[in-house]
Amino acid sequence: MLEWIAGLASWELLALEPPGWGGVLLKGLAVSLQVAVGGYLVGFVIGVGGATGKLYGGPILRDILDVYTTLVRAVPELVLILLLYYAGTDALNKFMMLIGAGPMDISGLVAGIFVIGVVQGAYQTEVLRGAFKAVPHGQIEAARAYGMSSPQVLRRITLPGMLPHAVPGLSNLWLIATKDTALLAVVGVAELTLVTRQAGGTTKSYFLFFCAAGLLYLMVTLISNVVIRRIERHARRGMPAVR
Amino acid sequence: MSSPQPGAETGDYQTPPAVQVADLHKTFGDLEVLKGVSLTAKTGDVVAIIGGSGSGKSTMLRCINMLELPTQGAISIKGETIDMKSDGRGGLQPANAGQLRRIRTRLAMVFQSFNLWQHMTVMGNIIEAPVQVMGVPRDEAIARAEKLLDRVGLSDKRDVYPAFLSGGQQQRAAIARALAVEPEVMLFDEPTSALDPELVGEVLAVIADLAREGRTMLLVTHEMKFAREVANHVVFLAGGVIEEEGPPDVVYSAPKSERLQKFLATVQ
Repeated sequence: MLEWIAGLASWELLALEPPGWGGVLLKGLAVSLQVAVGGYLVGFVIGVGGATGKLYGGPILRDILDVYTTLVRAVPELVLILLLYYAGTDALNKFMMLIGAGPMDISGLVAGIFVIGVVQGAYQTEVLRGAFKAVPHGQIEAARAYGMSSPQVLRRITLPGMLPHAVPGLSNLWLIATKDTALLAVVGVAELTLVTRQAGGTTKSYFLFFCAAGLLYLMVTLISNVVIRRIERHARRGMPAVR
Repeated sequence: MSSPQPGAETGDYQTPPAVQVADLHKTFGDLEVLKGVSLTAKTGDVVAIIGGSGSGKSTMLRCINMLELPTQGAISIKGETIDMKSDGRGGLQPANAGQLRRIRTRLAMVFQSFNLWQHMTVMGNIIEAPVQVMGVPRDEAIARAEKLLDRVGLSDKRDVYPAFLSGGQQQRAAIARALAVEPEVMLFDEPTSALDPELVGEVLAVIADLAREGRTMLLVTHEMKFAREVANHVVFLAGGVIEEEGPPDVVYSAPKSERLQKFLATVQ
């Protein structure tokens, strides 16, 4: 049995030190996570701004935000990534030339975070908008009646009040963000999927490496789930369990 | 209340009234809900505001702390008039947000649907405004809150979240939250209308207790018997105006206007 498992694949290829590719894979995972975390946070900032803008902004701002969320959610993410990555860097360089500066060298990591952030921002805007609206108006009214200022109402009442409604949607988007990083392989960001393909191509052990990458993605999800469950339990502390 | 007659005041004419509402108008779109309402409540008064649904009684109460912005008119609390300016669309808006917040901490509202903050425990709800708005030290606020919880009979519920309480318990917690800001005036907006009939009594008992200790209260209610017992002044609103007002014995026993006679006949 052990011999059979040993013969199934060239396990030594997964060693952390060359000629093994394990270290390369882990570095790729680190890049993927950086892009996911960075993009998710950028998306969250856009999302909070977008949701408040859509709910309390003027008609022009609301229209602009509508165009943004509709476009981003309508176009396939791969197309968006290609568009924002190539057209975005191209536009930035043209702009730099226009103001007389030299072309900028944009790192794949930063561009990746930006692209994932723009995509996440559109979805998070909608999740957060729904969550904001789920906070009963009476609770906001009570806060005002007891003399709270608008920032206080937001910080003390609206944000914690909307959290239980936002956590399921935001958790989904986090898991999607971790996987969307794989799309950045097409533009040459050295994240997990790209380095896996390189490892497979060099050694011809495609099966081994893609299984290893799959396991790494699975680990990220499983660990995320543990954290999400804790956050959700905290956010729902004031709500009776529904069975 | 030792002197239940509205005219029998203590004789101190220097003291400004606790609440003064002057010529209050409120329009929602084309609908004029309040058509010029004036009302004065002296310190220690318990004013019951009664009337049919749509008579404007809740709107009037909500205008006093500017949860509803009046279209016209003035509100003064202890002689201080809330600064208002035109909103450019024929209505009014607060001119001084800081002043409004300060005045709001001297009023405390108890809502029909409790409106406790669901993500905070009962204790958290009670100390929120004192700590966050008025800057009371946390341990001091907690010590005071414990006395209030004892008073409304909820000492064993201090660490429970509102959603796990009955309606009557939630409303008593809301009353404790109102008392925690040591208000000069308490505003009750139909405090028992959302409660199951068997829970109404426990909330009314707490309110009656507050009335007895001489708190200034404005009470919008459908509980006619209760209003008659605790109030020293009854205001009957109909069609956006004060149709009739006076001491409860007079208003209830000898209603002058036809509308009030009809209203009392239907609710009693």
